[in-house]
Amino acid sequence: MASFSTTATVADPRISLGDDGIVPPVRSGGGDDGSGPGLPDYATRLRRARLGLLVALTPVLMLFVSFSSAYVVRQGLPSLDPRTNTLVRDWIPVTLPRLLLINTCVLILSSVFMELARRQIKGQAALGSVATSPRVSASEQMRIPWLSTTFVLGLIFLLGQWMAWRQLAANGFYVATTPSSSFVYLLTGTHAIHLMGGVLALFVAGVASLLGRSLARRSIVVDITAWYWHFMAGLWIYILCLLEFAS
Amino acid sequence: MVGGTGGGEAINMSTHEFAAQESHAHAAPQGFLRKWVFSLDHKVIGLQYYFLALAAVFVGMFLSLLMRIHLIWPTATLPLLGDIKPETYLTLVTMHGTIMVFFVLTTAPQGGFGNYFLPIQIGAPDMAFPVLNMLSFWTTFLGFVVMIAAFFVAGGAPLHGWTGYTPLSALQSSGPGEGLGADLWIISIAIFCLGALMGALNFITTTLDMRAKGMTMMRMPLTVWAWFVTAILGLLAFGVLLSAGILLLMDRNLGTSFFVPLVTINGQLTGHKGGSPLLWQHLFWFFGHPEVYIAILPAMGMASQLLSVFSRKPIFGYKAMVYAILAIGFLGFMVWGHHMFMSGMSPYTAFAFSIMTMGIGVPSAIKTFNWLGTLMRGRIRFTSPMLFAIGFVSLFVTGGISGPFLAQPVLDIQLHDTYFVPAHFHLIMGVASIFGIFAATYYWFPKMFGRMMSESLARWHFWFSFIGTYAIFMPMHYLGMAGMPRRYSQMTEVAYLHDLIPLQKFITYAAFITIAGQLIFLVNLFWSMFKGKKASDNPWEATTLEWTTATPPPHDNFGGHTPVVHNGPYEYSVPGAPRDYVMQNDPKIEPVR
Repeated sequence: MASFSTTATVADPRISLGDDGIVPPVRSGGGDDGSGPGLPDYATRLRRARLGLLVALTPVLMLFVSFSSAYVVRQGLPSLDPRTNTLVRDWIPVTLPRLLLINTCVLILSSVFMELARRQIKGQAALGSVATSPRVSASEQMRIPWLSTTFVLGLIFLLGQWMAWRQLAANGFYVATTPSSSFVYLLTGTHAIHLMGGVLALFVAGVASLLGRSLARRSIVVDITAWYWHFMAGLWIYILCLLEFAS
Repeated sequence: MVGGTGGGEAINMSTHEFAAQESHAHAAPQGFLRKWVFSLDHKVIGLQYYFLALAAVFVGMFLSLLMRIHLIWPTATLPLLGDIKPETYLTLVTMHGTIMVFFVLTTAPQGGFGNYFLPIQIGAPDMAFPVLNMLSFWTTFLGFVVMIAAFFVAGGAPLHGWTGYTPLSALQSSGPGEGLGADLWIISIAIFCLGALMGALNFITTTLDMRAKGMTMMRMPLTVWAWFVTAILGLLAFGVLLSAGILLLMDRNLGTSFFVPLVTINGQLTGHKGGSPLLWQHLFWFFGHPEVYIAILPAMGMASQLLSVFSRKPIFGYKAMVYAILAIGFLGFMVWGHHMFMSGMSPYTAFAFSIMTMGIGVPSAIKTFNWLGTLMRGRIRFTSPMLFAIGFVSLFVTGGISGPFLAQPVLDIQLHDTYFVPAHFHLIMGVASIFGIFAATYYWFPKMFGRMMSESLARWHFWFSFIGTYAIFMPMHYLGMAGMPRRYSQMTEVAYLHDLIPLQKFITYAAFITIAGQLIFLVNLFWSMFKGKKASDNPWEATTLEWTTATPPPHDNFGGHTPVVHNGPYEYSVPGAPRDYVMQNDPKIEPVR
């Protein structure tokens, strides 16, 4: 994750407040001498973007933690049957379509490819310091298009989820049929919306490549998307386990 | 070439590859749209948030005035509304609370002043992600437009209260305003959550990663600490509210039963069954209680800042203040159940929530005593920002002291849903926070607009607000203890409440006068913007970094320089120093032994 190695040692401890020894990272690349306009370098921008992603994933996590707690609570609640005037369980476990397993494999594979794409563009970015951008773009064409493959696999996963929902509906499980089916659609749907964000980011990176945008920017977009993608893969496995084993 | 120094990820890149992408490194925009509307500059975005909150507060205040009028003249016909029915009154209650909590108390102190001054106070040229910052404001703005739109759709605005308790809020047919109006209300809050999350992301990343050289965490002004902790609270809380809102929308529109049990309306089954209204309460209050601190923490930071500046003394116990704010933030997530004592909660659970709630009194008391310690033997300058900061401390104590009463389940049985509760939360969360906003406005106005506000008008405004606030909310405690229930629209004909009507009348008159006093602020604000006395760069002789730069600050905040920090934020009356204050970027001062 983020590397915080660009630190400066503050020589002057505070006199009245005490020094806690926490030294802030300093923008390197012209801004840390107190005189330059402060253009952060690639490493600083990468670190900042990764920190931003880490922070951004927190509310996503909270969203799913919140759904999970609702899932557990709702599962244990009885429902009043108006005909018999007794409390009954209305939680009918949903048999998940087997297609979800295939989708899971697709997503894990895409996560591997995403990682390869991340490492590939990182290597290209390292070359970028000795080559001009057009030449790097030219050499990029010769490589295995991991990024495009990930993009396609992402779309296949989303299509697979759509087909899984169709199968659920064909089996009579609609959104409001039973609370368990409500949660299946809710969790898989919210995950799919989040993954769409990742697919969109890959699309942006691809368009940026076609438009000949700077390698540095693309490299950062791909790096951030990769970590996001891995998070989505992990989140999906969690959701699948929750739906399969906690019902 | 610029050498990357980022350890394992360090990659050398050509400067030209990213120079053009640095949003805070670009030249200042010239066109009106890019400069004032879709600006990436955190200062402009801060002002946009501030003026949005200003518009919202007048809407919220107008609604409260209508409520106050109706409470004492229930048969009066009001402009725009005509006869107020009980459900109309509930609509006023709902929209007043929602607009005030979200679009004023969350928007102005954090989005407004936090955006404007957090980067400058830590010596950064802008926020970490300026585009996200712009999106954050416009998302919030859209949320406000959607919220106001709820007034104008068929059925009008919802009546389920700002807490949106289910099943009332979950059924389209549960009352007027619970159709499209309620959907818009939920969508507006969901949009607001997204905006707030984008803002929090920027605040946290900027604070952690963009501090100037020498600006250690423990040299940050307490305002920055407050905005930082508030952002963390927002990050953890708004995701939960968003999830609750999604579930609620599904219950309302897709026929699910997360929150709705088997209910009938007019004898007809609704089709829902098995859901739990308490589940909504848990999710809502897991957000709702931290939200209280989201509103008040920035005001605490501002009070700390101003009490030190105008007492010409270092803040008493800086470290304790930092740890107290962290403790309040942490405990804020542990106490949501105290809003649900009357929901049939197990007494053991209630006891645990009660103990945790009273535990918040400890860091709150630490802060209060430190504020008093800062004032003690200080060379106090009673300027208008200082008056409002002292007013904040007063309101915080008065409003806070009723907290431990409500925190006890046994007392809460009596006081729940009475006027005692609005008295408590208006003082501590509402008006105390508003006093923080006023203090910050008077304090930072010179830096934001380059001119001073009228001090005499500000003093009139202070006394109107301070006395008026107490006149409105202190009697509400007595109404509550006497058993007057809140949220009821017409109580003039209820026999056992008859003797309390004069007190209600007094409150309404006080509200009229206090709101009239706010017009003084409005006049002062806009008059001073154009006609106020020109301000110097550091009119208050303060030490933090915003006072080291030009007035108003240039586009990149420090005119091409990055400040280097050598001193703490509250170095006042330093023995041996040439002036009675030492700026944060002054050469390091040596302690006098």
